[in-house]
Amino acid sequence: MWAFIHKLGSPKWFYTISAKLQPWFWAAAAALIVTGTVWGLAFAPADYQQGNSFRIIYIHVPAAFLAQSAFVSMAAAGLVFMVWKIKVADMAATVIAPFGAAMTFVALFSGAVWGVPTWGTWWMWDARLTSMLILLFLYLGVIALRGAFSSRDSGARAASVLAMVGVINIPVIKYSVDWWYTLHQPATFSVTSSPAMPMSMWLPLLIMVLGFYSFFTALTLMRTRSEILRRESRKRWVRELVRETR
Amino acid sequence: MTPKRKQKLFIILGLVSLAAVAVGLTLYALRSNINLFFSPVEIAQGDAPLERQIRAGGMVKEGTVARDPESLNVEFTVTDYVGDLEVYFSGILPDLFREGQGVVVVGELQESGRFRADQVLARHDENYMPPEVAEALEEAGYQPSDFKDQGNMAGPRTTDG
Repeated sequence: MWAFIHKLGSPKWFYTISAKLQPWFWAAAAALIVTGTVWGLAFAPADYQQGNSFRIIYIHVPAAFLAQSAFVSMAAAGLVFMVWKIKVADMAATVIAPFGAAMTFVALFSGAVWGVPTWGTWWMWDARLTSMLILLFLYLGVIALRGAFSSRDSGARAASVLAMVGVINIPVIKYSVDWWYTLHQPATFSVTSSPAMPMSMWLPLLIMVLGFYSFFTALTLMRTRSEILRRESRKRWVRELVRETR
Repeated sequence: MTPKRKQKLFIILGLVSLAAVAVGLTLYALRSNINLFFSPVEIAQGDAPLERQIRAGGMVKEGTVARDPESLNVEFTVTDYVGDLEVYFSGILPDLFREGQGVVVVGELQESGRFRADQVLARHDENYMPPEVAEALEEAGYQPSDFKDQGNMAGPRTTDG
């Protein structure tokens, strides 16, 4: 196990291993997202109060999960890069940031679209919405900070520090609906109790969430591979690889 | 792990914990500003300012919604089951507005103790169910909210949704 993790730290090994893993995650992502979308939008029952607008949950919740998970992954990669100086970790952190920002935007946008018919407003400065907006700004800050230095290493370290400190926002987002009065309702799902919706509603949602995670993994692998080639373009193994493919 | 890396790891973890404590204390100090709305009992205690735009929130008390048939005026009582707040409003209510439903009202508290709302927002709870299930529950003599109470008794909420 440790040997495997150590190997992953080498760009060349990561490049080889990810090539084998990648297709599986792409296939899982495609199958799960297509199934979840069709099931959630066409076959799952409508809600007794909200009717069909409730179906936005099948995009909103997976996007919100991924927005937060991607941030935690990015911060973990930043920690690995700072402590163990593993460059692949920094390459992964680089490619996770735009994905996480996009997911945060999707969560905010779908939430706003959902808010109009249910709450009667698309935006309210409550703790959940505001902390999610801060998450978007943290992502944009990490992306901008990385680009703001002429040396790649300084940029990488600054971005890692911001990501690690920014992780404090994640528990704030998660517990905002319990700590304060908010317009956003409390969580429907919990580890300890059964979900506050029947299985016909949460099963397609679970499929969507798993599909989004697979998509995240596949995309991160793919984009980290391109980042490896870009950064290691002068290394001998990359040159040989390029010569072979010609 | 080499001693140098170990030291670096502890420095980073230390800094992040310090930042977390700082953020935590700030949020704790600002908790009354972060709360989106005043509850009726806080307004009854006089915590809310008069004639300034504030938000109040709670449940629409059963049997208190009075609509004027000639206009868009509507009056209702918002309750947190401890205190009550009388609200009057003129305008279009959101689709989810109904008795027993959570609402947030934006407006000004009058000297009379009544609340003049400029905007009424509906809150909804974390429960979702198909209409047939809700009907079956009602026929069996339950409210959809009973379902929620059972869910809460099973344990505290921990995950997002």
